[in-house]
Amino acid sequence: MSPKEIKPKEIRNESGIEVKELYTEADVEASGGVNMVGLPGEYPFTRGIHREMYRKRPWTMRQYTGFANAKDTNERFHYLIENGQTGLNVAFDLPTQTGLDTDDPLAEGEVGRVGMAVDTLRDFEIAFDGIDLEKITVSLTINGSAAILIAMYLAMAEKRGYDVAKLRGTAQNDILKEFIGRGTWIFPVEPSIKLVGDTIEYCAKHAPKYSPVSVCGYHIRESGATPEQEMAYAFCIAKAYADDMLKRGLHIDEFAGRLSYNFNIFGNLFEQVAKFRAGRGLWAKIIKEDYGAKDPKSMWMRMIAAGGGGGLTIEQPENNIVRGAYYALISALSGAQTMALCCFDEAYTIPSEYAQRISLRTMQMLIEEMGLCETVDPLAGSYYVETMTNKMRQKMEETMAEVEAEGGIIKMVSEGTIQAKVSAQAYGMQKDLQSGAFPKVGVNCYKTDEEEKEVEFHPYDNRDADQQIENLNKVKAERDQAEVDRTLDQVKADAEAGHNVMPAIVAAVKAYATVGEITSKLVEVYGYYQEPIKF
Amino acid sequence: MNENKIRVLMGKPGLDGHDHGAKVVVRAMMDAGFEVIYTGLRKTPRQIVEAAAKENVDVIGLSSMAGSHIPFCKSLKPLLKEYNLEDKLWIIGGNVPSKDHETLKDMGLDAIFPTGSHFDDIIDYIKSRYRQLA
Repeated sequence: MSPKEIKPKEIRNESGIEVKELYTEADVEASGGVNMVGLPGEYPFTRGIHREMYRKRPWTMRQYTGFANAKDTNERFHYLIENGQTGLNVAFDLPTQTGLDTDDPLAEGEVGRVGMAVDTLRDFEIAFDGIDLEKITVSLTINGSAAILIAMYLAMAEKRGYDVAKLRGTAQNDILKEFIGRGTWIFPVEPSIKLVGDTIEYCAKHAPKYSPVSVCGYHIRESGATPEQEMAYAFCIAKAYADDMLKRGLHIDEFAGRLSYNFNIFGNLFEQVAKFRAGRGLWAKIIKEDYGAKDPKSMWMRMIAAGGGGGLTIEQPENNIVRGAYYALISALSGAQTMALCCFDEAYTIPSEYAQRISLRTMQMLIEEMGLCETVDPLAGSYYVETMTNKMRQKMEETMAEVEAEGGIIKMVSEGTIQAKVSAQAYGMQKDLQSGAFPKVGVNCYKTDEEEKEVEFHPYDNRDADQQIENLNKVKAERDQAEVDRTLDQVKADAEAGHNVMPAIVAAVKAYATVGEITSKLVEVYGYYQEPIKF
Repeated sequence: MNENKIRVLMGKPGLDGHDHGAKVVVRAMMDAGFEVIYTGLRKTPRQIVEAAAKENVDVIGLSSMAGSHIPFCKSLKPLLKEYNLEDKLWIIGGNVPSKDHETLKDMGLDAIFPTGSHFDDIIDYIKSRYRQLA
């Protein structure tokens, strides 16, 4: 079956902007002209944050990886680096992400399943063994328990002899989006934002090259947001963190340069490219005009972009290899700093080495064979792309104004209104997919009766959890318990006093206190988040 | 028997936070006229079964995306007996690969709706089974 043969008279992209059959200079002018275009490396950075972009250095390749335990994950890291990967992007298991130790009853059946299990600093020492942290930058996909894992990363690097003041790396650490999508929250909204603020403030002072937050439109898009909402909501969230910093007395230029973004790519190619170009200009304008930044670096919308999980399908999984290639192409045409592609088997399982290698080769083909690194922002000047860039930017501004009118992003997240809004949209999209109104190849058109080719499943072994518990018990037996108790008490005392808890958490992880022990101390002060259920 | 009175509990067991699927299926069932109670994220098997008993539901639905469906269902099964809910429809949806379907059916799951299932199929199944049970 093919999709409807006759296209409707009016076509709109997912963001609701009409797409015409032809664009001319007049459309560019009518949409606001080219005054936001400029040059790469110059304000407003629509064309890219650097003058030379990929000509100087291609994007960083950073496949999302982690499973079972630190040892197995370390082996996969080395495999990827040997195959040309230039950064790491660490996946943690759900107990680690939600602040539970491996031996917690709530962790049963989940240890090491969707990522690597981490209990103490010892796991970090093993996971990054043999990896040059100056050459390979590490991104930690961690949110609810991010303060603890950032502390572990800094402590591990310091122990290895690196100068923390020069250390680069990224943590996802965007808790506001976890309340909208992805769901690895622990504490209520307000103390959660306070913890993010503590990490930004701590890093600004002690690890100024480290990027403590990567604000994610990605998961909001996966939860049902349109492309323009993905950007607009992410900017609202980033502003909430920035406002918290200003309240602490920091100047925008002291931290904004280390904020980064994580965005999604699936859907219409031109809408995606316009989305990123528009977003770069808008973010630069916000930081310069609304926040008074002077340092151009503060205005950069640095991003990891690609992923595309929501675009991949469980049907005809090999088609996802091709989709991944298009998403990588879009990302390169959009000036991303970093890419991570979801693998073709990822709708089913933890990706195999084979699938990871195909994703890497996809990006390498763009770099080596397709000329994507030779010229900066090659779609600039297209009447269509420039018009769409203007219209997407205007749409994002409208959406941000709507959020303000509703009381701001923190209020909307706390009350569950934004969650209800995107999930209602997700439902509409799902209905369109099921009816065929929204074509999806292999899903609602061009289906096949052939039996699906078997995807190789990543094995899960319960014995890994037993081994991890054994390792944890060994660390507990060897550590200085008095020091653990003292540092944990300090974490609680600092949380109660409203101080920045990062110094105390760093001391606790150095004493080999566990993720669960530190989280429990914070829970004693902050309590747990209660999810608002709204439909 | 009034089908509009079908009561469904949608549970999210375990630590995973991917609730896109659970929420869209809840909306589809509400549109079909069912009364749906959604537990929210991160519930233990006991919390889910307690809620099902308290709300006196006809259907216990689980949504699982992160691969832990077998251990969850294993822990949930004896609780259904304990709470005298063994006669209720017990269904699961999400990232549940076909290689596990037999194990789940053997455990007592009435139906499995993996990723890609249509709303109509889920709703029609519940309605027809409800008619049989009534």
